[in-house]
Amino acid sequence: MWQYQAPLRDMRFVIEEWLAAPNDWQNTASFAGLDGELAAQILEEAGRFSAGVLAPLNASGDQEGCQYAQGKVKTPTGFPEAYKAFVEGGWASLACAEADGGQGLPQLLNAALMEMLFAANHAWAMYPGIAHGAYECLKAHGSDALKALYLPAIVSGEILPTMCLTEPQAGSDVGLLRTRAEPSAAGQYRVTGNKVFVSGGEQDLTDNILHLVLARLPDAPAGSRGISLFLVPKILPDGRRNSISCDGIEHKMGIRGSATCTLSFEGAEGWLLGEPHRGLAAMFVMMNSARLHVGLQGLGHAEAAWQNASAYAAERQQMRAVSRPEGKPEAKVDPIHYHPAMRRTLLELRTLTEGMRALGYWTAHGLDLAEYADTPEQRQQAHRWTALLTPVIKAYFTEQGFRLASSALQVFGGYGYVREYAIEQTLRDSRIAMIYEGTNEIQANDLLLRKVIGDAGQGLQDLLQRMQQEIEQSESIPSCQTYARALADYGDKTSAITTTLIQAASTDPERPYRAAGDYLRLIGLLSLGFVWLRSARLAAGREADPFYAAKQESAAFYFNYLLPEANHRLALLGATRHGLPFLAE
Amino acid sequence: MKIMVAVKRVVDYNIKVRVRADQSDVDLSNAKMALNPFCEIALEEAIRLKEKGQASEVIAVSVGPSQAQEQLRTALAMGADRAILLETEAALSSLNVAKLLKALVDREQPQLIITGKQAIDTDNNQTGQMLAALAGYAQGTFASSLELQGEEVLVMREVDGGSQQVALQLPAIVTADLRLNEPRYASLPNIMKAKKKPLEVLQPEALGVALTSNLRVLRVEAPTERPPGIRVDSVAALVDKLKHEARVI
Repeated sequence: MWQYQAPLRDMRFVIEEWLAAPNDWQNTASFAGLDGELAAQILEEAGRFSAGVLAPLNASGDQEGCQYAQGKVKTPTGFPEAYKAFVEGGWASLACAEADGGQGLPQLLNAALMEMLFAANHAWAMYPGIAHGAYECLKAHGSDALKALYLPAIVSGEILPTMCLTEPQAGSDVGLLRTRAEPSAAGQYRVTGNKVFVSGGEQDLTDNILHLVLARLPDAPAGSRGISLFLVPKILPDGRRNSISCDGIEHKMGIRGSATCTLSFEGAEGWLLGEPHRGLAAMFVMMNSARLHVGLQGLGHAEAAWQNASAYAAERQQMRAVSRPEGKPEAKVDPIHYHPAMRRTLLELRTLTEGMRALGYWTAHGLDLAEYADTPEQRQQAHRWTALLTPVIKAYFTEQGFRLASSALQVFGGYGYVREYAIEQTLRDSRIAMIYEGTNEIQANDLLLRKVIGDAGQGLQDLLQRMQQEIEQSESIPSCQTYARALADYGDKTSAITTTLIQAASTDPERPYRAAGDYLRLIGLLSLGFVWLRSARLAAGREADPFYAAKQESAAFYFNYLLPEANHRLALLGATRHGLPFLAE
Repeated sequence: MKIMVAVKRVVDYNIKVRVRADQSDVDLSNAKMALNPFCEIALEEAIRLKEKGQASEVIAVSVGPSQAQEQLRTALAMGADRAILLETEAALSSLNVAKLLKALVDREQPQLIITGKQAIDTDNNQTGQMLAALAGYAQGTFASSLELQGEEVLVMREVDGGSQQVALQLPAIVTADLRLNEPRYASLPNIMKAKKKPLEVLQPEALGVALTSNLRVLRVEAPTERPPGIRVDSVAALVDKLKHEARVI
């Protein structure tokens, strides 16, 4: 049956060895009290909560779904109690500042927590999923009065926030939104309009809900420069019910335990957050961590897929294998994980999952350094590479989450297609992450157009330099030499194609848009090459321990079987010099 | 009133253990370790007594390798006030563990000791009883409920065919069965606070306990695999098989 246990050993490896984060914590005033041991204990307890409370509600929540009647939403059985346990456990406040009532722990540990929550129960995790982003947004842009009113309740988990962006005619293009906000009494506004796809827009986990709503002021310019951000609570501070109604919930392919709501604001009372017409900028504060967290959903799905597929493949016996592990006697029938095709699938699952973990946590650690590192140079540098990698994490991870869930389903054969084994749920749940929080296509445009061409390749050079440092460190280790050379070679080719694309953009401005998807996958592959080179270096000479022996095998598998996909991407990027025809009207 | 809870670091109950190739023991290298589930229940009960105001201090103690500090930190995060580790790498028999715990009982003088009824690694179910005998404490084993009344503790015991209630004169030792309670998850703020709680590490020699073992493990084997079941086509065939093949009726 579908099961999930937090991969604590690998999480420790990434945090303590790959990132050596405890060293950075010791050198950062904000985290000086934190060490590897305490971090491991926190993750262990988070793992117990995820496996013990959330994972058992994953399949039942999917089958039951959310119920809507007369403006109210009933979440699946056990969801409200699990949320109560989450809040009582103090998990909602993990990365919030101590001054605000939080635990003041780094984003890195929050990322590990998020991975677990999404792997164990994506639908449930949607409810507290944006709370941290909303906390950051309110903290950065709220007046003291608003902060006093709502910040502690968000930190404690007493109130759950939502993001109300999308309208029926305004999806990826938020500039098309029509919801209006009129000034009313003393700094307040009345918000009117319809919002769709609001996750947790109505629910029975918390009494009050705090909506972050994008809307236009009466004098607003057209387009995305005329959008402001408003804070609109379900229950007003004086106890009155605000004029917001939930008109229905969507019936979805996956994350069926998450209530995706249609909301009508009918002169609902609220406050402006940040400057007039600067709503998108204000909301972008939450977008970076939100996009990272969506990427972690892909990682979570990949991890769940790997755990379930590998357990099944070790038990399921079909056909005699062509070869067997040393010491295993001939048998009439062998476990399917002896078959080469299944070994490839399983190794791909393990190698990409572990690789994404290191890359995702590296980015989360970068968010911490960008905020807390002691010198401005360190902060700026960290900010540059996290900004560059964030769209890669979002798009590449979620694409892999879906693809790997599908590969895992294939391991189950016909049983994978039936509900009982629940791997089909992982596949359905994983699909949305490629769409929301900015579609993967938009992420690719953001990477190539804004992050790479936008700064003339500076950020990319930064990333390549970090890889170069790793290559120099690894080259002297015999088992890493070929990997180091391969990574250096692909790094050069990436530089070259980047220059080509930047130059081509001046004569063929559409070309980067045609190339963006393949470019993002190329950067994803290259970044994972960096991950596996460092992992191979850390594992060198430690084969006696099966954990490091497996790391070496995964590194070899990555460089032999997976990284060559970069050639394919480079070829496709070359092909984007050809235009694309328009389709018949 | 002071409560002492003895806890053990064992292999996580989710892990499928394998026997080492040389059959000397099970292979625990790289296996995830955890607090013994019965010990967790014992600890939970002690913490609840403290929360009800019936206990003044909960001390978690363990005998084991240096890494057992991790489990004691978990105990502190759940709500124990302080912890003591008797650090030893040796594989100890139940009697040796009981002797070491007895030395701690002499030092700490707890009125109530709660332990798990057994540890899920070796399933001995001996340490609590031995400790009671060594310390001269009353004992109530396999507890499914526990209630303090004045100088007595009332214990509902899970026995064959039902329950048995006993009243023990304090000081006493109670061993916890599964139904006693459902242990809590440690909260994040309590994990953070636990880091500042005292955790004392002692060497067994310091307590003057002579550890001699009169038990030797000869061989460890995995249970034989159960043959697959078969479907019979009539009740008569079933009865026949039970009578002649299984020989159970």
